[in-house]
Amino acid sequence: MGRLTQRLVSACRLTRRRWIQILSLIALNPIVPNYFSGTIVQARSKGICVPVLNCYSCPAAVGACPIGALQHAFASIRFRLSTNEAEFGLYTLGSLGIVGSLVGRFPCAWFCPFGLLQDVLYKIPGPKLRVPHILDYLKYAVLALTVFVLPLVVLSAVGFGESWFCKWICPAGTLEAGLPLVAANAGIRDQVGLLFVWKVALLVLFVIWMIVSLRPFCRTICPLGALLGLFNKVSLLRLRVDSSRCTACGECSRVCPVDLDVPKRPNSPECIRCLKCVTACRVGCLDYEFPLHGRSTGPAAMSEEDD
Amino acid sequence: MTVRRLSGYTSLAIFVALLLAGIFLDEFRSVLVNAANVCLSCIGIG
Repeated sequence: MGRLTQRLVSACRLTRRRWIQILSLIALNPIVPNYFSGTIVQARSKGICVPVLNCYSCPAAVGACPIGALQHAFASIRFRLSTNEAEFGLYTLGSLGIVGSLVGRFPCAWFCPFGLLQDVLYKIPGPKLRVPHILDYLKYAVLALTVFVLPLVVLSAVGFGESWFCKWICPAGTLEAGLPLVAANAGIRDQVGLLFVWKVALLVLFVIWMIVSLRPFCRTICPLGALLGLFNKVSLLRLRVDSSRCTACGECSRVCPVDLDVPKRPNSPECIRCLKCVTACRVGCLDYEFPLHGRSTGPAAMSEEDD
Repeated sequence: MTVRRLSGYTSLAIFVALLLAGIFLDEFRSVLVNAANVCLSCIGIG
């Protein structure tokens, strides 16, 4: 009993961000019985794009993955045009653009279930490696090629493209949808082939990388992070640095999960807006700005130092 | 209002317009149909 209490107390010591991540995971995937029936949710909420990497084929998911929706839209544009139908992915792009314009990559750090998984796996003790910064650019190529270009250009005989990212890369889909559905649904299990083996192998590699590096998927592959990151420079949620008070102690950069030089690049596309740097700054020279929040520290002295 | 904040509001307005255009083109239904059916690509069998 004493040990249980100790564990409960320890669990309650989770940071506010971790609690929000857990609540987000539950809110986005509440229909747990579907894991046992091997079916997925078909409610109207599935038409709403959630700004996180949460596969819509996850049995418990109640929202749509915007990356899956975008690929599907781009894969069917040419076919629909040939049948005089109009669909350009505007609804999905609009949904993502609104979130990006408001808060940039904030959902990556606070709401994304796959981000939570990476944060938790990194807690496993062992040797740790930094992700080389050059790999940060890879996700933009992944976004451009697998989400926009290939689905639009490479068409099947009937005129439809494929969801290249979902099919060949997405480890979130394998973990959240592939493994549960293959385990619980005999009809799906019968269709398992080499592609599934490839995706599971890729998932295993990512899991190993997540144990040794912090947020490697977000930093190098995630097309959603790449897309939302493009808004960091214009989003209404911004980080501000008061350079006159900065002592260059480096504490903010030390706690940064994506290895940013925070005072120099506070609004970099790589920043996932976890706000750890704001908490870590001992002299209070870092703060965030949002229309409803305003500026809480040193309004006159705050300057935006951006890259 | 700073130029950066103005660019944020402009971006927001553009994407609200895109969202409304998408809804007008019935893309919500398309996303719903897509998301409410099992995606074979996502699970790695097709």
